[in-house]
Amino acid sequence: MQISIRRVDNATIVDVSGDIDLASSPEVRKALLREVGDNRKPRVVMNLTAVRYIDSSGVASLVEGLKASRDIGSRFILVGLNGPAREVLQLSRLLKVFEIYDTELEALAARV
Amino acid sequence: MTRDLLLKIELLSDPKWLYVVRGAVERLAETVGFPAAECRSVVRAVDEALTNVMRHCYCGRLDQPIELSFRRLGSHSKAGKKGLEILLCDRGPAVDKSKLRPQTSSELRPGGLGLQFIREAMDSIGYKRVGHTNLLRLVKYLPSEKP
Repeated sequence: MQISIRRVDNATIVDVSGDIDLASSPEVRKALLREVGDNRKPRVVMNLTAVRYIDSSGVASLVEGLKASRDIGSRFILVGLNGPAREVLQLSRLLKVFEIYDTELEALAARV
Repeated sequence: MTRDLLLKIELLSDPKWLYVVRGAVERLAETVGFPAAECRSVVRAVDEALTNVMRHCYCGRLDQPIELSFRRLGSHSKAGKKGLEILLCDRGPAVDKSKLRPQTSSELRPGGLGLQFIREAMDSIGYKRVGHTNLLRLVKYLPSEKP
């Protein structure tokens, strides 16, 4: 699993690739909570385009990111939700809970 | 019974091996004859079961033994249906069976999804304690065998 951070305007893009499982989800969680909580960006966009697999601990990290963003009134957005990740969020009944866009451009342009 | 054994994996409770096991399980499920979506759900179930052992039975220790066996179920099986039987053994403390029950809360909270994924994937889930060993038995039938 690889994770990298980009800043675009007043948003942070978190690019994740590979598998998010018990081995890597702590790192994802730490990065999300740092960007949402510590850096307090008004918009954190999680790019999941290159994620091949995500397990329940990965989903839990996304949920924690979402909760942290709600606590401070910022937005937490998922982008590039492909087959495996979308399937898992659907099974978790969480698809409607997250703000989701197909592309980064849409996510950055979206108004509340 | 040995003639039905397809694959046996012994691993240590280090999450870095989950990736390896997923790869093997996906290929094995394909070989048994599950379609792509069902292969993914088998992979998810095994991955989540292993994760639960690593986290809850072994409390994050990286050096504890886990054993996985995969057996083909033929029409001679108890249920008379073809499919896959997965046995997961660990040497952790006995599992609190109340924790295996489905969670009904719809509250948004982290965690609690692993068992849901296992239930979604499998046709049968059984747990028993034999001596100092926890034994989790998962069974999935081929789609052609289901009513």
